[in-house]
Amino acid sequence: MSAGSEIVLEARNITKRFPGVVANENVSLKLYRGEVLALLGENGAGKTTLMNILYGLYHQDSGEVLIRGEPVRISGPSDSIRHGIGMVHQHFMLVPVFTVAENIILGAETRNGPFLDLNAARRQIRELSRQYNLDVDPDAYVKDLSVGQQQRVEIIKALYRKADILILDEPTAVLTPQETEELFTIIRSLTARGASVIFISHKLKEVLAIADRIMVLRRGRVVGETTPREATERSLAEMMVGRSVMMEVEKGEAHPGTPVLTLDRVTVLDDRGQRVVNEVSLEVHAGEILGIAGVQGNGQTELVEAITGLRPVHSGRVLINGRDVTNASPRRISETGCAHVPEDRQEDGLVLTYSVADNLVLNTYYTPPFARGIVRNDRAILNHASRLIERYDVRTPGPLTPVSALSGGNKQKVIIARELSREGRLLIAAQPTRGIDVGSIEFIHQRIVAERDQGAAVLLVSAELDEIMALSDRIAVMYHGKIVATLPAASATREELGLLMAGAQPTNVPHETIADGRATVKAQR
Amino acid sequence: MRITGSIARPAAARIPWLTIGVWGALAILVLIAYMRAPQATTAVLTSTIRQSTPIILGALAGIMCERSGVINIGIEGMMLISAFLGFLFNVWTGDLFLATLGALLVGAAVGAFHALMSITLKVDQIIAGTVINILAIGTTGYFYQQGLTTRGKLTPVSIPFLADIPIIGPVFFSNPPITYASLILIVVVHVLLFRTAWGLRTRAVGEHPAAADTVGIAVNRVRYINVIIGGMLAGLAGAFLTLESVGSFERNMTNGRGFVSLAVMIFGKWTPFGAWGGSLLFGFANALQSQIQFLKNQLPSWLAWIGDLPPQFIGMLPYVLTIAVLAGFVGRARPPAAIGKVYEKE
Amino acid sequence: MERAGSQFSPRMDSRIQIWGMVHAAIVPIASVVVALVVGAAIIALSGANPLVAYSALFEGGLGSGRAFSRTLEKATPLIFGGLAVSLAFKCGLFNIGAQGQLLMGAVSAAFIGFSLQGLPSALHIPLALLVGALLGAVWAAIAGTLKAFTGAHEVITTIMLNFVAFNLTDWLADGPWKDRTPGNIVARTPAVAPEARLPDIVGVPLGIILAVLAAIAVWWLIWRTTIGFELRTVGQNASAAKYAGISVRRMTVLAMVASGFLAGLGGAVETLGVVGRFQPGFNVGLGFNAITIALLARTNPIAVIPASLLIGVMQAGASRMQFNSGVASEIIDVILALILFFVAADGIIRRVLRLRAEEGERVTLSSGRGS
Repeated sequence: MSAGSEIVLEARNITKRFPGVVANENVSLKLYRGEVLALLGENGAGKTTLMNILYGLYHQDSGEVLIRGEPVRISGPSDSIRHGIGMVHQHFMLVPVFTVAENIILGAETRNGPFLDLNAARRQIRELSRQYNLDVDPDAYVKDLSVGQQQRVEIIKALYRKADILILDEPTAVLTPQETEELFTIIRSLTARGASVIFISHKLKEVLAIADRIMVLRRGRVVGETTPREATERSLAEMMVGRSVMMEVEKGEAHPGTPVLTLDRVTVLDDRGQRVVNEVSLEVHAGEILGIAGVQGNGQTELVEAITGLRPVHSGRVLINGRDVTNASPRRISETGCAHVPEDRQEDGLVLTYSVADNLVLNTYYTPPFARGIVRNDRAILNHASRLIERYDVRTPGPLTPVSALSGGNKQKVIIARELSREGRLLIAAQPTRGIDVGSIEFIHQRIVAERDQGAAVLLVSAELDEIMALSDRIAVMYHGKIVATLPAASATREELGLLMAGAQPTNVPHETIADGRATVKAQR
Repeated sequence: MRITGSIARPAAARIPWLTIGVWGALAILVLIAYMRAPQATTAVLTSTIRQSTPIILGALAGIMCERSGVINIGIEGMMLISAFLGFLFNVWTGDLFLATLGALLVGAAVGAFHALMSITLKVDQIIAGTVINILAIGTTGYFYQQGLTTRGKLTPVSIPFLADIPIIGPVFFSNPPITYASLILIVVVHVLLFRTAWGLRTRAVGEHPAAADTVGIAVNRVRYINVIIGGMLAGLAGAFLTLESVGSFERNMTNGRGFVSLAVMIFGKWTPFGAWGGSLLFGFANALQSQIQFLKNQLPSWLAWIGDLPPQFIGMLPYVLTIAVLAGFVGRARPPAAIGKVYEKE
Repeated sequence: MERAGSQFSPRMDSRIQIWGMVHAAIVPIASVVVALVVGAAIIALSGANPLVAYSALFEGGLGSGRAFSRTLEKATPLIFGGLAVSLAFKCGLFNIGAQGQLLMGAVSAAFIGFSLQGLPSALHIPLALLVGALLGAVWAAIAGTLKAFTGAHEVITTIMLNFVAFNLTDWLADGPWKDRTPGNIVARTPAVAPEARLPDIVGVPLGIILAVLAAIAVWWLIWRTTIGFELRTVGQNASAAKYAGISVRRMTVLAMVASGFLAGLGGAVETLGVVGRFQPGFNVGLGFNAITIALLARTNPIAVIPASLLIGVMQAGASRMQFNSGVASEIIDVILALILFFVAADGIIRRVLRLRAEEGERVTLSSGRGS
């Protein structure tokens, strides 16, 4: 994949402002024919904004875009499609209830007069599938496909529109390491046929593996350009965050005590009645962090919902501190001392229109001193808020500010403050640092470890393998609704975990407890 | 690559045994009734079709709007304004065709108003619909003058030969124009939604507007056009009321039909033929109500008590039925995913 | 206007608070003004003099003591209706069924009023009011329960229940509860016992006093109690409410019950205070006017009072206007619809007045038809 010297796409001095932030400031980039250009940066560094400008979803405030040397005005996706740009968005842009063929032709339909010609569409899709070795069934419904397959549909969608510039936005976020390898093969076959690819990621290893050139973005600016040959993970990480930070958390040895959370063959159904959690058994002890590793969508979300009472348990038992709380109400489970940092903080964890103070008592508003009988005690609520804002370093103009005005990191701190300030021995944290700034991540990690050291049992669910490895004392790997293995964090390796996350049978992994789905996993020691 | 799970195939087109069974049973019932009381049966069935006309038109209006992601509870008001102005056009011009055309245009205009509020001005869509309903009652009430009647009414046109078939002939092939139009429009809307590029785009906009946007479809433009088409369908329903059914305008003459239409739309899971089934059910309830006086004497003795029910109870029937339908079907029916939400890029 | 955190206001500078209230009132007031201007254009278009019409309208509603007491009379059920709709809005529910709940409240209060004789007022009045309110609550509870347990949207079910209530009360007044006094041929119930009629308290009708007390009670419930917090949380973000241990179903039913209670009480108050019996066709249009009032008051229970008084003035002055200027009284409905439009599409008014959009709680209803 030797990159040519022909520049297919160039952006010059792009600036884009949103209210309160400069998302891109004087960003320039060049993309050569047949190369993979990686765009590396933290969440919120401005990568996606830049790509949305190139794709016509946003409009730059200043700067220009050139395609094959010609200045172009991209005022919408139809312009970018016409210029041969295709984009695979981080959240797939597929209609779940449509078939693959319908999704691919949408907006550029094969027609027979005013009527759809789906046969012609099927022919063209099969042709593309064969050409690029992308196996999909045109008549399958998208909602029935795996994420990896959906991603291939997105790529065919771009190819069907004759795209030769392909933008992939965080394409590996939802893939297993093995699926990621597979995607890389596809990318290489695309560039071999003369297509150019912009690969957006915040994962250093992947960028080093696939890119011809690497551009690093930080706070909306280009902070450096390099190649995999010159760069190392450490040098890239420094460029990305501006200082030397690796995801490492200082923590001492765990001193596990009695089991706080016990799951006994818990089975949970999803909204469509499928078994998404299949006979999961595990124990989380006081004073330890159990991390659940796994690719998104393998049942972690539903498992947490079932433990916290937000989703019915189909069969099996959930015990907290030895008491059976299977299918108890969320209120009762919360009153056993179960703190819950929910996966979707905007949707579940906060009422955005409420003040910081009201959000800090969202699940304790009815208890003294915040209420006497049914009458609220506003003074107590306000005092409580002032205390927590200070202790948890929540950056807000005041306790009465609507929480919607806070940054992502500070919103998450509001939730962390609320949940950790309650009397409790169990903390369930789902994706606690997703999409927030490095400073807040460090702070939150420290607080979680501090909870453990004070004797709380912590169940950590995260899609970031690095986070799981940095925080956990034990790691349970979840695949297709089952815990396929539980390993001590100290001896677990990325490769091993990656294989388990992809559903490989745990064979020659020494001295761990392996769950076969029925046997209860014992804690080591 | 390890493929996670086999590639799913669409379920083979299943034969809808339940639907066939229900319709078959109904057909047999109708035949039995026809053999015992031919005139009454024909009268009830003919009335069923006519009574269902404004409801299926309203439901088609709802389907066009909601499939593109816009809730329209203003169908009631759209019907009422179109019924009123269609009526006035007829009084002024004396021409039924022009009046019907006028009602269609009025419906389109009110549809555009709903689109303006709910798409451009970002008013909550349910409140926007309520504004239309209240505005319709207010303006038609203010401008209404008593004592006006239309010049003529749209009258049944029998289709030669077909109209002579027993039962089916008088029921389906001897109807006034808007009733015929509604039957044709069921097929037209079905084909439009499920067999054309426009329909594919409409459904995409209603399910996942961002996906439609990223392939270059102008989401709000598609919504505007569909809501305007919906307005025209509601306008035709209004024209039916004044120009074909009653022959004059009465205050509030829509009587909740617009809302019944929405229930029927849900009953039919946002499909034209499903909605037609629902509207026939309501048409039948209404037909019984309007024919009860004539049927009284023909009822067998064990059903005689029906004839003695207070008229208010029979009047409640369609509304109670609507509530039952909503309670029974909503849980299982899935509305278009993006319904009720303003689409914003940035 | 109540912001998310205005419950912490005791020590807030009172001038800021007053400015906040003025600021929140700008859009509703401007909406009324613009609606009156558009209404004037319609009057002029139909060949009458809008100035004559409007001056007669306001004279008929405010011009004399008698005019004003007529305004209070009209405003009383409007306050109850506006409160009913506002309270449901707070929980994210759109109660278009205030009309039907009012009818059920009115007919049952009338029944208690005429069927029991010889009870002392101190017993008879509270009993009749309570039964009326409870029937309204039961009527709304049907819609609330269906919404909570089957997902049937309350907008359609409450409207259908309105039609059922029309028919049911019509049958009652024309059948079992018909006034059988010789010479009566219309559908109506007998007059309620004199002991059940609402008295005036130092010259002020008891009805309006109850309405104002109800507004204060609703304000207290929404902003000062944990139940209000639960209602608002469900209205703002149902999944966060579920996460916080609040039962969305319970609150949905409770909000509808409370809403129907208020509407039913309104019907009972009007029956016992003004009409003195139940007649079909009673207060038609109240349901829709209540929506206009709730949105004009931005769902603030206290602001419901002035909003209702404004509409009460128009209703009280309508017949004077028709007499003096020949403008049909239905113009009021047109003006009310226009007010609703400008309040709902507040972007128009804001653009003209160059006001920023407000933060804080919003009314959103269109979020799906499912659960």
